[in-house]
Amino acid sequence: MNNLKKGKNIKLLQGNEACAEGALLAGVRFFAGYPITPSSEIAENMARELPKIGGKFIQMEDEIASMAAVIGASIAGLKSLTATSGPGMCLKQENLGFAIINEIPCVVVNAQRGGPSTGLPTKPSQGDMMQARWGTHGDHPIIALAPSTVHEILTLTIKAFNFSEKYRTPVILLLDEVIAHMREKVEIPALEDIEVINRKKPTVPPEEYLPFKPDEDGVPPMANFGEGYRYHITGLIHNYKGLPTSNSQEIDAFIRRLYNKIQKNAKDIIMNEKYFLDDAKIALIAYGSVARAAERTVKLAREEGLKVGLLKLLTIWPFCFEEVNKLAQQVDLIIVPEMNLGQMVLEIERAAQGKCRVVPYNRVDGELINPIEILGKIREEIKK
Amino acid sequence: MKTVIDEYIRKAMFPNMWCPGCGNGIVLGAIIRAIDDLGWDKDEIVAVSGIGCSSRITGYVDFCSMNTTHGRALPFATGIKMANPDLKVIVVMGDGDCSAIGGNHFIHAARRNIDLTAIIINNMIYGMTGGQYSPLTPTGKFGSTAPYGNIDQSFDLAELAIAAGASYVARGTVYNPRQSTSLIKKALDKKGFSVVEIISDCPVSYGKMNKMKSPVDMLKWIKDITVSKKAWDGLSPDEKRGKYAIGEFLSKDRPDYTELYEEIIKKAQESGGNK
Ligand SMILES: Cc1ncc(C[n+]2csc(CCOP(=O)(O)OP(=O)(O)O)c2C)c(N)n1
Ligand code: SF4
Ligand SMILES: [Mg+2]
Repeated sequence: MNNLKKGKNIKLLQGNEACAEGALLAGVRFFAGYPITPSSEIAENMARELPKIGGKFIQMEDEIASMAAVIGASIAGLKSLTATSGPGMCLKQENLGFAIINEIPCVVVNAQRGGPSTGLPTKPSQGDMMQARWGTHGDHPIIALAPSTVHEILTLTIKAFNFSEKYRTPVILLLDEVIAHMREKVEIPALEDIEVINRKKPTVPPEEYLPFKPDEDGVPPMANFGEGYRYHITGLIHNYKGLPTSNSQEIDAFIRRLYNKIQKNAKDIIMNEKYFLDDAKIALIAYGSVARAAERTVKLAREEGLKVGLLKLLTIWPFCFEEVNKLAQQVDLIIVPEMNLGQMVLEIERAAQGKCRVVPYNRVDGELINPIEILGKIREEIKK
Repeated sequence: MKTVIDEYIRKAMFPNMWCPGCGNGIVLGAIIRAIDDLGWDKDEIVAVSGIGCSSRITGYVDFCSMNTTHGRALPFATGIKMANPDLKVIVVMGDGDCSAIGGNHFIHAARRNIDLTAIIINNMIYGMTGGQYSPLTPTGKFGSTAPYGNIDQSFDLAELAIAAGASYVARGTVYNPRQSTSLIKKALDKKGFSVVEIISDCPVSYGKMNKMKSPVDMLKWIKDITVSKKAWDGLSPDEKRGKYAIGEFLSKDRPDYTELYEEIIKKAQESGGNK
């Protein structure tokens, strides 16, 4: 998976360090957080690195406050990041909704650990996939990305910032304890080689600015506080001016526009990778650290002459419905290994529309899923 | 005739949502007059609030403004101020907003001494949700969730702010808007975390449940329960019971958080980027 080239800037980085590195490349200038395993190294790196470039770090009194501070800093013009794990992610939900409804760019890292509650602080899990989608209340869109290597943590952190700025939305980066803490070689791209997207600014004078009137792409230009555009931000459903509305047409249009802003641009946001899928009769669909094991399973299975391939999801939400639907028409069987009791498999079943068998393979004992057990599952299923 | 107030309000938001006789409008007036006295530029002011009747104030002022989530105005404001210390950030909260759900944020904002001005409209009740008791409801008074009288002891927000590390602490009332304006003005002008509690009236909930049906009854009551700071210091503990001191309690100089962070930036940059 790592196509590292010689002569480049190669570093041995921990996953969380790579996240911090990616954030810095993307232009992060503010971090607010509260310590929690297995995410704390991101905060520690930010505390050290941000002031060197004139950025700001603050350790808040809890995750609710951290999420609030991140939103405030973003409104005042800084690219902002926070990082946490399950219990903290729960606390962030209300203000995450505030960022969504007010279209405030920011990136939220969830280094997943076993749950519910305090759960398994130092063991990996993929138990928060549906929380990422529906954790905050109400109909809302979300973007969530899930890297599976340390190198991908770096590149997807940059992507997360870019999506958040482009679509004016919070983006969740889903790590798990394994990739957050493992060390791998990472190629640090040169600044001139990476694409950095910044929020679009209004082109009209302040008197004409309508802070929540979308352009054709569904995204309204964003004036930062302090730039001479005086406007109101509220968690209430609001009109183009940003003022609360109880007009049912305005309400309906607002909620749908918010949702479609992400859904209609899904093609731009959805990223995945395919391994040996061209002639596959059995597909594995995996993400995060489990995708590493699944990739190895594909090799082992191919050695046995089994036509197995892998669809590795990098974008979790919005979900790649069409891709999976097509795949279900091609293969006889989809196996979905996950470190949870079956979360993304629900979405995959929905997308497969009964066109092939969809089988979950789950572990919730805090142990990583290994390639051999996935291979065992394949053998077991083809006998059926 | 155009008044000072017209200069600063968002006309599109009027008429306002408050009940007749509600004290929130008096506080809005006091804030605007204080800002006008200071001659601040509207473009450099950010008004942040939480959730409650009082927190709706930010919708009515023609600044950059934010009606955030219940109790969380201070951490939102902290992010804004950290990101752009040149902005003048005013935070308006209700008593429930600030002292119950937002109590932890309040003591930490004071501890950091971040340069924000917190104005708490203390109507001693959860107004917006229909009159449930708050941490500032006096013991023995009634609320919709305290039908037999409140057994909780209430906070003294001013003492709490002083103990937690604020730079400026004062209390005024809607009975005396002139004094409130002057206290707010001093608080706005003060570097560091400033707190002004304004005792206000909610005739609809607090008044109705505590035998003060009219706004006038409530204002008279506010007059009766408050004593100047100077007179307060001469009262015995028994005489102080059920009363509130008003005036300025503290004005001290301590480096504000954003200044201290500038020092961090200097240190980090001087060390040449190695750790
Ligand atoms: C998280 C959350 N919990 C509860 C509420 C409901 N709620 C709205 S306003 C309010 C109380 C407001 O009381 P106070 O802060 O004293 O303001 P007032 O209305 O009296 O001005 C409550 C509990 C909410 N909006 N959010
Ligand atoms: S309920 Fe009370 S606090 Fe709310 S607007 Fe009416 S009088 Fe004011
Ligand atoms: Mg109240």
